[in-house]
Amino acid sequence: MEHSVCAIELQGITKRFGEVVANDGIDLKLNRGEILSLLGENGSGKTTLMNMLSGIYFPDEGQIFVNGEPVSIRSPKDAFAYGIGMIHQHYKLVDVFTAAENIVLGLEEPGKLDIKAAEAKVRDICQRYGFDIDPGQKIYDMSVSQKQTVEIVKVLYRGAEILILDEPTAVLTPQETDKLFDVLRAMKADGKAIVIITHKLHEVMALSDKVAVLRKGKYIGTVNTSETNPQALTDMMVGHAVTLNIDRPQYDKPVERLTVKGLTVLDGEGVKKLDGVSFTAMGGEILGVAGIAGSGQKELLEAISGLCPVAAGEIAYTPEGREPSNLVGKTPMQIKKAGVAMAFVPEDRLGMGLVGSMGMTGNMMLRSWKKGPGVFLNRKDPNELALRVWKELEVVTPSTDFPVRRMSGGNVQKVLVGREIASAPSVLMTAYAVRGLDINTSYTIYNLLTEQKMKGVAVIYVGEDLDVLLELCDRILVLCGGQVSGVVDARSATKEQIGLLMTRLGGKEAEA
Amino acid sequence: MSNFLSLFLALIIAAITYGTPLLFGTLGEILTEKSGNLNLGVEGIMFMGGALGLGGVFYYEKAGGASGFAAVGIGILCAFLAGALASLIFSFLTITLRANQNVTGLALSIFGTGVGQFVGEFMRVRENGYISIGNHLKGFFQNSPFPGFLQKIPVVGGVLFGNSVFFYLGLILAVGMFVFLNRTRAGLYLRSVGESPATADAAGIPVERYKYLATVIGGGVSAVGGMVYIMTIAGCVWNHEGLSGVGWLAVALVIFCMWRPLAAIWGSVLFGALMILYLRLVLPFVPTQLYKILPYVVTVIVLIVSSMRNNKEKQPPASLGLAYFREDR
Repeated sequence: MEHSVCAIELQGITKRFGEVVANDGIDLKLNRGEILSLLGENGSGKTTLMNMLSGIYFPDEGQIFVNGEPVSIRSPKDAFAYGIGMIHQHYKLVDVFTAAENIVLGLEEPGKLDIKAAEAKVRDICQRYGFDIDPGQKIYDMSVSQKQTVEIVKVLYRGAEILILDEPTAVLTPQETDKLFDVLRAMKADGKAIVIITHKLHEVMALSDKVAVLRKGKYIGTVNTSETNPQALTDMMVGHAVTLNIDRPQYDKPVERLTVKGLTVLDGEGVKKLDGVSFTAMGGEILGVAGIAGSGQKELLEAISGLCPVAAGEIAYTPEGREPSNLVGKTPMQIKKAGVAMAFVPEDRLGMGLVGSMGMTGNMMLRSWKKGPGVFLNRKDPNELALRVWKELEVVTPSTDFPVRRMSGGNVQKVLVGREIASAPSVLMTAYAVRGLDINTSYTIYNLLTEQKMKGVAVIYVGEDLDVLLELCDRILVLCGGQVSGVVDARSATKEQIGLLMTRLGGKEAEA
Repeated sequence: MSNFLSLFLALIIAAITYGTPLLFGTLGEILTEKSGNLNLGVEGIMFMGGALGLGGVFYYEKAGGASGFAAVGIGILCAFLAGALASLIFSFLTITLRANQNVTGLALSIFGTGVGQFVGEFMRVRENGYISIGNHLKGFFQNSPFPGFLQKIPVVGGVLFGNSVFFYLGLILAVGMFVFLNRTRAGLYLRSVGESPATADAAGIPVERYKYLATVIGGGVSAVGGMVYIMTIAGCVWNHEGLSGVGWLAVALVIFCMWRPLAAIWGSVLFGALMILYLRLVLPFVPTQLYKILPYVVTVIVLIVSSMRNNKEKQPPASLGLAYFREDR
């Protein structure tokens, strides 16, 4: 293959957003028939860099070369013209359109719109790379992985030779991830150049040929995957070695804090989201909750915190040195008033947990607005708390009044988790508390949770990464299709054991 | 022909007359809203269209023009330009400057009503207190374009062929818009802009251009509805009452017909019937005001039913009313 000409070459790319430098003099090279992983902490500028390749942003400085030619990519259309296709982290699809309609969107073909011909071409591409989608199906009827497939077919339909995937595995099950990787390898064999943005080191090792590392907007270096290891990559990413072992002290006298019996929750259509779930959460213990996405984790947390109505079962809560009381049927406010302090990190950090246009102080206040005297708000304490979270969790923001909407995803999460922990709960529930966070911040969160545990708090941790669950938690509750498929001791359980419980229930295969 | 049937047919014909201005107003607003722009200024836009359309035709006649074809054309053109100009202001504020669409639309509604009243009254005072079109040209606006023998077909003749030329233009426009939105590339792109501008943008579709064009053309079409109201229902005369809320009814009708141009045809006739029901179906002890809220009641019921059924297809464009800024996250 032509070694001298790179599919893509970046030289000295710089992009600023106001005062924030998102990319600072980045150099990068990628050949055809190669898969490059772009690795970096949150806010290190990976997505920004790739958005400049796909024409969403325009670089302030620097030069992009495609096939050795200097180019100027001013719009997504230009990017297509150079054969660059990006699959965004948040899918850019129109829900009420069919797959084929989404695929032809923005495509300048001569003649009038011919959806039938487009559908035939889509089927053709699907056959070639082994995709499984129906071009006539509406997007709102599709699963997450099908939507991603539509995105990939969309760029292939445009004849993309260079594919950029922004955290493609974040929402996929392990099986779907394997399938995606097979497809990517098939495309690599077909001579395409592929960039994949990811946090997950094992995926980097499994898939890519080369790894480029960014840190705080700066380019650190590119290494061949075969010549490196996860430890070395982590060092490059964070700049200093991160202990890969999570500290797990044992609390000496765990007490029963929350006893759930036969909890059943129905959704709007009457489908059982939780089916007879029973477990006990102990104070002074981290209870992990594992399961494939959508197995009822969200409903479980929402039912306990009173956000979601319970169809059957009971939730007995035993406060420190008092009689147990049933939480079912109480409103979130009543649950709070009854002396039950619960902290809840919703899955959608901006949608449910924070007000995007408010600063850190304002968001801290959302938890304490009742405390002020009379009708006036107490601004002093929330501001102190905001300053503490800012400092202790190393939130990157110009000030505590800076709108959280404009912070990067990881920083938003730090604000949210910091606030919930600060309310000194006796039961702390978190869902995907480290989703999208870099390794360093994740460890800060783990330590915070462990700290809470050692204070006698019952921590419920819903997580995705099994390695973390096994290292962080004391016990792990595994959900499958809304039912408990097992509770294991995290100190002795193996990953395979949990993986098996996640997909099978009482020995039989779970439905879809 | 039985008495009841003739009464019913008369009601339908009157409903079509009253529904035709609504049809234009609604079709224009559907086009606008399909681009994700919620233009609440329809009332003002139709007011301006009515005043300027009437003015155009009046001065054409005053200058000695006698061609009915040209008069109708001038009426449509003047009204369209007035509406397009008003919508251009709206577009500049909401698309380029990203002002709040609700606030801008309401302001435009008040502004347009004022401009329409001002222009209408100004002309009236200058022309010695009375603005009216002569009977010869009036006929071209109000009478059927079809030959008499078609209109005399028993039972269906009047309903099918006895309406003003604008009803038939409205039908052609509705069908044309349906084909445009659902069968053409540009229509698909326009809908994608209204559903998810970020998606459209990433696909290389010029979001701002589509929003501008749809809003300006849509506003022009709505304004033609105002002109039709003045020229048919109000009898080619300028009076203080103007349109008395037809524009708001058009906004309600967009929701009622669930953003579908073909549904707007029968929807506008139904709304037209509801508008005049108080003249035709007089019940003792029922004040006329109760009749007049009927279109809004029906709209509310449709909204309730459609949100309960949760049909993914029959929903407003997903990004309706939201400004789009590419680098906003």
